[in-house]
Amino acid sequence: MYSGDPIVRNALSIGVATGVYAVSFGVLSVAAGFSVVQTCVMSLVCFTGASQLTFASVIGAGGGIAGALPPALLLAGRNTLYAFSLRGVLGGTASKRALRAQVVVDETTAMAHAQPTLAAKRRAFDLTAVCLFTAWNLGTLVGALAGRGLGNPRDYGLDAMFPAVFLALLAPQLRGRDAVRAALAGALIALALVTITPAGVPIIASALGAVPVLLVAGRKRKAVRR
Amino acid sequence: MSWWPVVALCASAYALKALGLVLGERLDREVSERWSLQVVVVPVLTALIVIQTFSTGRHYALDARAPALAVAAVLVWRKAPFVLIAVAAASTAALLRVVS
Repeated sequence: MYSGDPIVRNALSIGVATGVYAVSFGVLSVAAGFSVVQTCVMSLVCFTGASQLTFASVIGAGGGIAGALPPALLLAGRNTLYAFSLRGVLGGTASKRALRAQVVVDETTAMAHAQPTLAAKRRAFDLTAVCLFTAWNLGTLVGALAGRGLGNPRDYGLDAMFPAVFLALLAPQLRGRDAVRAALAGALIALALVTITPAGVPIIASALGAVPVLLVAGRKRKAVRR
Repeated sequence: MSWWPVVALCASAYALKALGLVLGERLDREVSERWSLQVVVVPVLTALIVIQTFSTGRHYALDARAPALAVAAVLVWRKAPFVLIAVAAASTAALLRVVS
């Protein structure tokens, strides 16, 4: 692979970090009582890291499917917003769009939107998806087979790496007063809700921070039409 | 363990992604050209950064992740390479945890 291309380089580094987290999911899932095959199927077909980790830990703690599914889905709910925002990027035939929808997660969305052109967005989305999918599933397999004793991703500071990566990907999108306002509103909404709502809700609710911007844009367009 | 939990999780996770795709395509024509739906992601990614840095579960937290994000912010501002930003943030948190 041509490592001089920043999109390839960035996608690879996101993949490596994600792979380490996948190992901890594999370990957790087998410990929760899922078989190695079930654990791998979850990573292949569900492919939503935070939801899988929550699901496995609630089941492992004896919560059952009724206790585990709602928090997992609240965490997966932001993917709906992501897919919504990516509608131009997820191009192609119906089957290609359906396939791309499967890999709509934090990392692919952030990488796509950080690019300036539609072609670059699509390329970043696809390359990140390939790296992420490969790393997430290989890591899961390793964790499921190896079990405990592989160390905690926190020891390597990887939990601090993800916000840093998302900040780097968000920065090019913060052009103009409207975008900065939407970002600040999102941060305030999330912080206000974190202690009073279940996990996942603060992040979904933060999308409301974009509503004023969208409303103003809609009004301007109407004015132009008249 | 039965396969039902696995099937339920996988099916609903995909349904949520597909729902966004369908809604986005429906609403495409309703949204102004100046502001694409991309603006929805700006507050969501900001919230993700804030939650991943300043909370643990449903509690506020101020730990090694905060200085790591501060280091990242400076590097982002100085337009440092992506990989350097990622490695610097992870090393900052890892080192602070070893020290403390």
